[in-house]
Amino acid sequence: MSDKTQNQKGWLFVLPVVLLVAFNALIPLMAVVNYSVQETFGNNVFFFEGMKWFGQVLHSERFHAALLRQLLFTGIILVIEVPLGVIIALSMPRRGPGVSVCLVLMALPLLIPWNVVGAMWNIFALPDIGMLGKLVNGMGIHYNYTQQPIAAWATLIAMDVWHWTSLVVLLAYAGLRSIPDAYYQAARIDGASSWSVFRYIQLPKMRRVLTIAVLLRFMDSFNIYTEPFVLTGGGPGNSTTLLSIDLVKIALGQFDLGPAAAMSIIYFLIILSLSWLFYTVMTRGEDRG
Amino acid sequence: MAKITLSDLRHSYQPVPQGDDDWALKHMAMEWSDGGAYALLGPSGCGKTTLLNIISGLVRPTEGRVLFDGVDLTEVPTERRRIAQVFQFPVVYDTMSVRDNLAFPLRNRGLAGPEVDAKVSEIARMLDLEGMLSRRASGLTADGKQKISLGRGLVRSDVNVIMLDEPLTVIDPHLKSQLRSKLKELHQRIARTMIYVTHDQTEALTFADQVVVMHQGEVVQVGSPVDLFERPRHTFVGHFIGSPGMNILPCELSGGVARVDGHAVPVDNAPPGAIEGRVEIGVRPEFVALAEEGDGLPVTVVRTSDAGRHRIVEVRLGEHRMKLLAGEGVTVPSGEARVRFDPGHTRLYADGWLVE
Amino acid sequence: MKKVSWVIPTLYVLFLLLPIYWLISMSFKSTNEILGSFTLWPQKFTLDNYHKIFTDPVWYRGYRNSIIYVLINTVISVTVALPAAYAFSRYRFLGDKHLFFWLLTNRMAPAAVFALPFFQLYSAIKLFDTHIAVALAHCLFNIPLAVWILEGFMSGVPRQLDETAYLDGCGFWRFFNRIFLPTIASGIGVTAFFCFMFSWVELLLAKTLTSVAAKPIAATMTRTASSSGYELGLLAAAGTLTIIPGAVAIWFVRNYIAKGFALGRV
Repeated sequence: MSDKTQNQKGWLFVLPVVLLVAFNALIPLMAVVNYSVQETFGNNVFFFEGMKWFGQVLHSERFHAALLRQLLFTGIILVIEVPLGVIIALSMPRRGPGVSVCLVLMALPLLIPWNVVGAMWNIFALPDIGMLGKLVNGMGIHYNYTQQPIAAWATLIAMDVWHWTSLVVLLAYAGLRSIPDAYYQAARIDGASSWSVFRYIQLPKMRRVLTIAVLLRFMDSFNIYTEPFVLTGGGPGNSTTLLSIDLVKIALGQFDLGPAAAMSIIYFLIILSLSWLFYTVMTRGEDRG
Repeated sequence: MAKITLSDLRHSYQPVPQGDDDWALKHMAMEWSDGGAYALLGPSGCGKTTLLNIISGLVRPTEGRVLFDGVDLTEVPTERRRIAQVFQFPVVYDTMSVRDNLAFPLRNRGLAGPEVDAKVSEIARMLDLEGMLSRRASGLTADGKQKISLGRGLVRSDVNVIMLDEPLTVIDPHLKSQLRSKLKELHQRIARTMIYVTHDQTEALTFADQVVVMHQGEVVQVGSPVDLFERPRHTFVGHFIGSPGMNILPCELSGGVARVDGHAVPVDNAPPGAIEGRVEIGVRPEFVALAEEGDGLPVTVVRTSDAGRHRIVEVRLGEHRMKLLAGEGVTVPSGEARVRFDPGHTRLYADGWLVE
Repeated sequence: MKKVSWVIPTLYVLFLLLPIYWLISMSFKSTNEILGSFTLWPQKFTLDNYHKIFTDPVWYRGYRNSIIYVLINTVISVTVALPAAYAFSRYRFLGDKHLFFWLLTNRMAPAAVFALPFFQLYSAIKLFDTHIAVALAHCLFNIPLAVWILEGFMSGVPRQLDETAYLDGCGFWRFFNRIFLPTIASGIGVTAFFCFMFSWVELLLAKTLTSVAAKPIAATMTRTASSSGYELGLLAAAGTLTIIPGAVAIWFVRNYIAKGFALGRV
């Protein structure tokens, strides 16, 4: 049961948005599509090659490996960051001086340029000169992320969690704050336990905000480039070569624009379909209004 | 069921209240007896929601005590006060069915399954929600959701008082009167104290046996709808209740005779001596009538508007405006006319308060 | 969840602050010391890094440039997103569901893919090396974000609120500004901050679309990482300084984010 009104003047409201975004999106997109179906031997000379690149990419083992690594990475960070972010948001103060302090401190990791994030964790986690490296090795664990794939993965994930969980926290917190007090009051009057309040009031009301948080983290982590590149360069070996890193290696390193562009498009389609899936699942059965 | 006593209540939202204006609720002492239907009437910001929240325990008063049947519950939290509250906009648990919504307060208190079901069915029947018990609560219209809110208060047999904070605010206009009658009917059936907060006089006057009129943090008058209409104790009450409201004219009092612009006006409550403060005459348009030549006060007719069964005539006396009601068949002159006030319903007010 | 709940945010904040402390302490060390051995705090405390930055006119101009285009972008994004989000939330119109999802798709491609085409596009329309170019380019990913977040919050406001306001005789824009927007204050606060943040940290497009006049900190940030080897101390100092405007930004919107939904008398 939707109680939106049928109103074509809605188009007027969205027009500025459509214009600004489409302007930026369509023209470059066309360029990319262009490249993906052509071959070049340099000198700006292009030959139309049809679906050759797409086929090549889809059958390459290298691509499959990178894709798997990417799915694993994204899966892990989603499972950690979303629940963690919600728990933290639930436990943050609602009023008082603590609020400002919390918000500012939690926002700090988000504000650091991504290459700096990678660089600082690079040093931070080094076994001989980094604080974290020293700490972990000092506890008896043999830890060297430049040599051990598992350690590299752990460091990568720790870095991402450190960097991005606050995004989920801020969204969840804002979502919680927008629940009218009356709901909590009614719950008190009804004698509801804290768990009931969470399950029947807070979680349902946060559903939309959590959908956004999940989608954002999904898309951004799938596209992640700078931080892992500066941290591990994709190594040791290939172990942390995620999709974006692989893509850039191909495009810049081997100067293969065709395959690179085709890869971008396949890549994009994967994200698109998975996002659509996430979106449909999370907003299924939801009533608007 | 309980008698609620408010003693020496004062409340301010400021941590350190300075002047009079910082007090949302100025000094108040009241008793609400068992099972009555009360309305808390007043304009926005007059403190009625504050008072409601103090009674329900959602707000702790700065000063004073709240007693239920003589027991001081001022420090007791809401969940132990045995009250129910319906809010301005519907509060339902979206993910649950109507049945689960109604059962929720009972289940939280550990009642057994069959008992819960029986109570839920009974209340659902009372509220005409029977056919919708299995539906998801979020799918109902606003009035349906408000019924659910109300239902959650009714299912509990230990509820002392049900408080309704402007519950019809978001209801469609044509459903308002239906829901209003339903509330009145419910009150008669369950005989529990109900306190209905509103800024709409129609709602207050149709629902309540006793109306508490509030103005700027104070209780101005408590009385039945008839009392408030016939004998307003404050010009605010006169002005706020009745449509159109009471006419209020500044006057002078000398030698026991009230004069408006020099014209003598007979009043019901002229005191023997002088009166301190600003003196005014209050008379409802219902008690102002057109008079014959030579009788009453001279006025100029400004405007006549049709209000269905009668007409509202706006006249001007010097610089003062007032209204009167003219029934069908009464000719309203244009231009010069004369009006007279019914002396039994014309009264003096000093600084807004009825002179007694 | 009263006393215990203090533990969780405190632990989290400590976890966040550790690497930040590390960053700040690196900024006060020379690159040699950083790479030489592990020191918990600067053994040879030095202000060299900061000195280099502050005496480099390119740097503070870069700082200023970045702030300018980020603010322009934030204002544009939030302003156009508000009516659009309202339309998505309240109205049904032709293609609305698809349009809504399409917006999000613009955030699905890595920015690298757009670098060259953007360069060509903005040069062609003669906006190369202007603040407005970067501000507009960032609209690509910020506007969809803003629309999605705002729509989420707007859908949480019951429709009856709109209708009740109309019944009271409120004009549409008055209703929108005086009543509706304050109820989604936390959504607006968080949206404004995210737009600021994503635009502020975006280095690739910012660098691609500018050269001299509107050169942002992005250029100098990436420069320190490549040309003169790996000047860690300098990078750390630069990184530390870039936190400050963002901290100021969230300070400004903190009250909006934390504002509860107080359904005032309509």
